[in-house]
Amino acid sequence: MRVVKGRGFSRTVFFLTMGFLFLPLVVLIVYSFNSAKSMSWGGFSLVWYERLFLKERNVWKAFENSLIIAVSSAAVATCLGTLGAIGVNWYKFRFKKYVQAVAFLPLIMPEIIIGVSLLIFFAGIQMKLGLLTIFIAHTSFNLPFVFLMVLARLDEFDYSIIEASRDLGATERQTLFKVILPVSVPGIVSGFLTAVTLSLEDFVITFFVSGPGSTTLPLYVYSMIRFGVSPVINSLSVVLIAGTVLITLLARNFLKYIAQK
Amino acid sequence: MAPMAVRSRTSRGPGRVRNYGPAYAGPAGIWLTVFFVAPLLVIVAYSFMAKGLYGGVEPRFSLEAYRSLANSVFLRVSMNTLGISLVTTVLAILIALPCGYYMARSNRKTLLLMLVIIPFWTNFLIRIYAWIAILGNNGFLNALLLRAGIVAAPVQFLYNQVAVTIVLVYTYLPYAILPLYSTIEKFDFSLLEAARDLGCTRRGAIFRVLLPNIRAGIITAVLFVFIPTFGAYAVPLLVGGKESYMLGNFVAEELTRTRNWPLASAISMVITLVTTLGLWLMFRLQGKAPQAKDPARSGGERRAP
Repeated sequence: MRVVKGRGFSRTVFFLTMGFLFLPLVVLIVYSFNSAKSMSWGGFSLVWYERLFLKERNVWKAFENSLIIAVSSAAVATCLGTLGAIGVNWYKFRFKKYVQAVAFLPLIMPEIIIGVSLLIFFAGIQMKLGLLTIFIAHTSFNLPFVFLMVLARLDEFDYSIIEASRDLGATERQTLFKVILPVSVPGIVSGFLTAVTLSLEDFVITFFVSGPGSTTLPLYVYSMIRFGVSPVINSLSVVLIAGTVLITLLARNFLKYIAQK
Repeated sequence: MAPMAVRSRTSRGPGRVRNYGPAYAGPAGIWLTVFFVAPLLVIVAYSFMAKGLYGGVEPRFSLEAYRSLANSVFLRVSMNTLGISLVTTVLAILIALPCGYYMARSNRKTLLLMLVIIPFWTNFLIRIYAWIAILGNNGFLNALLLRAGIVAAPVQFLYNQVAVTIVLVYTYLPYAILPLYSTIEKFDFSLLEAARDLGCTRRGAIFRVLLPNIRAGIITAVLFVFIPTFGAYAVPLLVGGKESYMLGNFVAEELTRTRNWPLASAISMVITLVTTLGLWLMFRLQGKAPQAKDPARSGGERRAP
């Protein structure tokens, strides 16, 4: 079975692609330790890390904003999305098709359309742009992801447990808290984590619905790229990449742990 | 779908369980109606209104915005956008197919998946910035070329369509690899061996057995790459130039600089229409996919990895 002809081609393409995917990250990591300001090598130095951690207060302010929005929007999206998925999965009701459709559409809408329409909408209802509008926007694009992930989880479990719970006299609330929610935990957790990641990551939609004083990390990085590149961005990138790797590993182990339970 | 019948609330004992469906799904439905559907309806309405004097709109019916789309600038930008997103999609699929295949047949699937996911989860702007650091005039590539004496002065790699396409492919490649991987992973590889035993060539087996069977994955991958690239904004803004301007940039320009909101809405409608059209086309293709040829499910056992 081991000898499969033609693996050579796909292997070559795969490793070249990995090179392509990782080259930019490696370049950033290497140059974050460069003492010179340009791309020519001036020797090893930690000066840009020092600058990032000690001098760049705005980065940390932006990071704080990003975290606040990510956690709050992911939490609200997780609550709404989970309940929505349970309702759609378990019951038949009048607007079911509609809920399914509006929970699917944001996934396939180009980000710019969501951003532009929300900006025009907020202007129309005269809502001041700021952290609140960013929170609303993020909750809206996060909700469908949580909804789908919980729905996928609910689709695969055994319905007879719920029937059993009802037959044994459990109330709706008891069934929800003692049966439905516990089995949905993997879906809820991965939905929440995805929502946090997407929120921390989002640039385009945030760009349109942010106002003065509500700079998030991606917006800050954008202004760094646009108006005067300082090598601090290299060290910031490396910190973010390290964070990504860490979260990827943690999420994987966490999901594995849940799956085993 | 056996559970459907069981799930029907009417089949339960008389009046024992109320229909809590609306109570569960209501909050999500209302939230998305207010903050997703309503804003979309607003831009549909705005696109049919006249431009206000100082931004905003005048509330009367007008086709002015759509009429002003009939000019050479808009046509050029549209063609540009379509061209860039089609080329990006084709390149991404061509690269992702062998990658997904290799990953699906590997013994270390989790590790390879992680390798794809790490760049994918790295901040979007950081990835764009990394390409500026590589391709820029003072970038890594130019530093390399100058030192090697291949060029005498820095070459301008950025701010053109090639740069935009490279960065778009880079950004959306994982969107193609992941769905293709998961479909190929479910494919029953013994079918390929069967085709070969029956005298099919290697290439024939790939094109006539593998590809038709992973059609759903290919369609998903095409949509995942085409839709975001057609609405791309940040990439052409940061690594593109005047000639690689895309519709997304056009919308933003009309919205924030020219403050012609009806026009911005009308262009948004065009973007939405084209993506919906792409979606419809792909769903139709998927509908035509040969049924009852799903070996992954009918075959019973799957080949051990």
